[in-house]
Amino acid sequence: MKKNILIIGGGPAGLEAAASLKHSGNNIILIEKSHQLGGHLARWDRLFPDGIRAREVLDKMIASLDGVNYFTDTDIAQINILDRSYSVILSNGISVLADAVLMATGFDLFDARKKEEYGYGIYDQVITNADLEDWFRTREDSRIDHPKRIGFVHCVGSRDEKSGCRACSKVCCATAVKQACEIKAEFPDAQVYCFYMDLRMFGKHYEDLYLKAQKEYGIRFIRGRVSEVAEQIDKTLQVKAEDTLSSKPLKVTLDLLVLMSGIRPSQNLEPVRKALQLAKDDDGFINERDAVYELQKTSMPGLFVAGAVTGPKTLPDTLAEARAAALQILSYLADNDKKPAK
Amino acid sequence: MDLNRVDQEKYARLVKLEPDVTCCIGCGSCTASCSAGVFSRTSLRSALLALQNGKEQEALSLLGACMFCGKCLMVCPRGLNTRHMILSIHKIYSET
Amino acid sequence: MIYEGKKKIWSDYQKEIPDDHYFYVRSCIRQSFFPASEATFLDITRNRLGKDIFETEHHTTCGGIAYHSDTIPQETVMTIVARQFALMKKYGYENYVCSCITSFGLYSEILETWHEFPELQEKIARLLKESCGLEFAKPKYLIHASDLIYKYRNLIAAQAKFKLVNAKTGEPLRVVEHIGCHYSKMFPSKGVGGAEYPYVLTGMIDAWGGEVIDYPERRHCCGFGFRQYFIKGNRSYSLSNTHKKFESMEPYKPDMIITNCPGCPYFLDRWQYVIAESSGKTYGPDGQGIPVFTYEEVAGLVMGYDPWDLGLQTHQVPVEPLLDKLGIPYDPAKKYLGKNGKDLGKPEDTCFCCSGII
Repeated sequence: MKKNILIIGGGPAGLEAAASLKHSGNNIILIEKSHQLGGHLARWDRLFPDGIRAREVLDKMIASLDGVNYFTDTDIAQINILDRSYSVILSNGISVLADAVLMATGFDLFDARKKEEYGYGIYDQVITNADLEDWFRTREDSRIDHPKRIGFVHCVGSRDEKSGCRACSKVCCATAVKQACEIKAEFPDAQVYCFYMDLRMFGKHYEDLYLKAQKEYGIRFIRGRVSEVAEQIDKTLQVKAEDTLSSKPLKVTLDLLVLMSGIRPSQNLEPVRKALQLAKDDDGFINERDAVYELQKTSMPGLFVAGAVTGPKTLPDTLAEARAAALQILSYLADNDKKPAK
Repeated sequence: MDLNRVDQEKYARLVKLEPDVTCCIGCGSCTASCSAGVFSRTSLRSALLALQNGKEQEALSLLGACMFCGKCLMVCPRGLNTRHMILSIHKIYSET
Repeated sequence: MIYEGKKKIWSDYQKEIPDDHYFYVRSCIRQSFFPASEATFLDITRNRLGKDIFETEHHTTCGGIAYHSDTIPQETVMTIVARQFALMKKYGYENYVCSCITSFGLYSEILETWHEFPELQEKIARLLKESCGLEFAKPKYLIHASDLIYKYRNLIAAQAKFKLVNAKTGEPLRVVEHIGCHYSKMFPSKGVGGAEYPYVLTGMIDAWGGEVIDYPERRHCCGFGFRQYFIKGNRSYSLSNTHKKFESMEPYKPDMIITNCPGCPYFLDRWQYVIAESSGKTYGPDGQGIPVFTYEEVAGLVMGYDPWDLGLQTHQVPVEPLLDKLGIPYDPAKKYLGKNGKDLGKPEDTCFCCSGII
């Protein structure tokens, strides 16, 4: 018998799970709260470590949806837990009785204005990683006008308990090094600095990217967190940090400062999380059933998770989780069929 | 330290001669294994940072006791040509 | 600079400031540094705005200077503070307003400590009872006097005789605002506008017609910094901090500086003379310094008080060029006459700008 599987979120995790489930003989409904599919990926230009075009990856994902039902501009209006299913009313008025629900709701980028000392939204020449990706895609940003001195600040809203997040956001180091190389390629005369606390280049080819940044692009890596940014009379920025390897305070004038906003839990998810009685971690992300073996399951039967809904993930990790979640959902539905109804 | 005051022209000459200077990952293997460092403060890691931070005299003094034994060359995890680098630093930054 | 971004932060850091009925405590040092500031605060709030501001001669120092110099045990300083609060209650008040930023920071810190460690609060209440026979109390609202002038800034503007504009050109004066470190750096939520972009003085400047300057070292310490100055061997650090600030604000050509802390206006004012004497450098136009004011003095000027009644003759950097710019009349002959007309004595001509050294 055909089962209803509701996928919440039309980013990479939701798209990949939908594509993995489309030939399973079930009825897949994918909803996306914004007006387009792709989540944060739709905003990105190129991907670390090798610089693959984000648009090409996304186009492949959307193409492989191939007939899956999806609704954009659609959110959950109401969700109720029933015996063995979930009764869901969508914001477009459609009701779904879902036998399984996959939460692929992703993340919010940290609001860089909260790090007041960096002056995002106050000083003209301070931008975020997402702003820079926008510029790489569109070439439209008056703030980026042949900068000669450019800085990248790692760990903005990550590894920072005061801003509400003790954890590492996992993707910012590689993103910063990637963006540093890309902007140096655009402006070969520019001096580019990366301010890092630790460089967490853990993935395949990431260390190669780091070496390339040093060797080919001459990026200067400074081990120290930027403590304070101020605007000077000519709109350039005065940036202070400690070079912790020299144990000395340091300052430098920059024309552009890029803040690597970290990965934070999706605020939009809160009502759904509460309605489903799902526990969240100290850092605000949804708890998986356990952190090693049952990563795609939650405390609720029939409710699955994939991607950054449970914490920061790289794109390949997210896609792997989405495929894993699809298998787990099918296995859950098959097991459920064998159990006698209450 | 004020990075606005770094002699970028000299540093660029060094990088051209010794591309390896940009590739240090600050692990400290060179300093830890340095034969001269036992007797007087010697550290290629610190010297490279000093150059990048515009502390040229400090960099030279950190390398002044080097005996060119090549131990740092053996231990560098990135395989940088540390020994030759030290020679070039002296050559470029000792100019008056 | 994106003004809207600052407005967003200012709206995030609003603190509740009651309109009236305050118990007022003075600063240890302001009456000798800026002899008329506190009197002007009382005159403006009581007589011009009709507010109930009570003070008693029985209050003492808060102990802050000793506390920041590591020369007083914690229980002792807490008992001194508890006594101040107890006096407030004894005289029937629950809103506490203090003149000093160090006191404000210390009070905030102690209230927070008592909140976190109730057993310590109990101990202090007991010590207070034993030593002074007073009942322990905590203020319902703890306010710095600059918060209150900020609160009344529009009432003051409504009675203003002068604005912070150049009387000849009509251009707004360019004003540097400097906030005492202990106003909001320890507890950003307790300061109007927070710690990174405080609004308390900016709000006054906006309301009184001036234009605020945001320069790179705006957040930096004035140079007082307790240990930097109190320990003689460290005084060069004090001077270096002040020097750093002036070097940073110089390109913006400020007309004046307004502050809300006892130490800041003193050090920003006096060190300018030392910098001029030792290096020959001055930061104002025509070899002049940049005049530095307390917020009460600026409120007084705006409301039309006689500059000499505001104690401006005790400043190191002469204020006359700024008074001329503002179009505020003054009698040069009365500069060194006391309130009763008695000759205060004219200081030796130490004014760098007029001594012909340049």
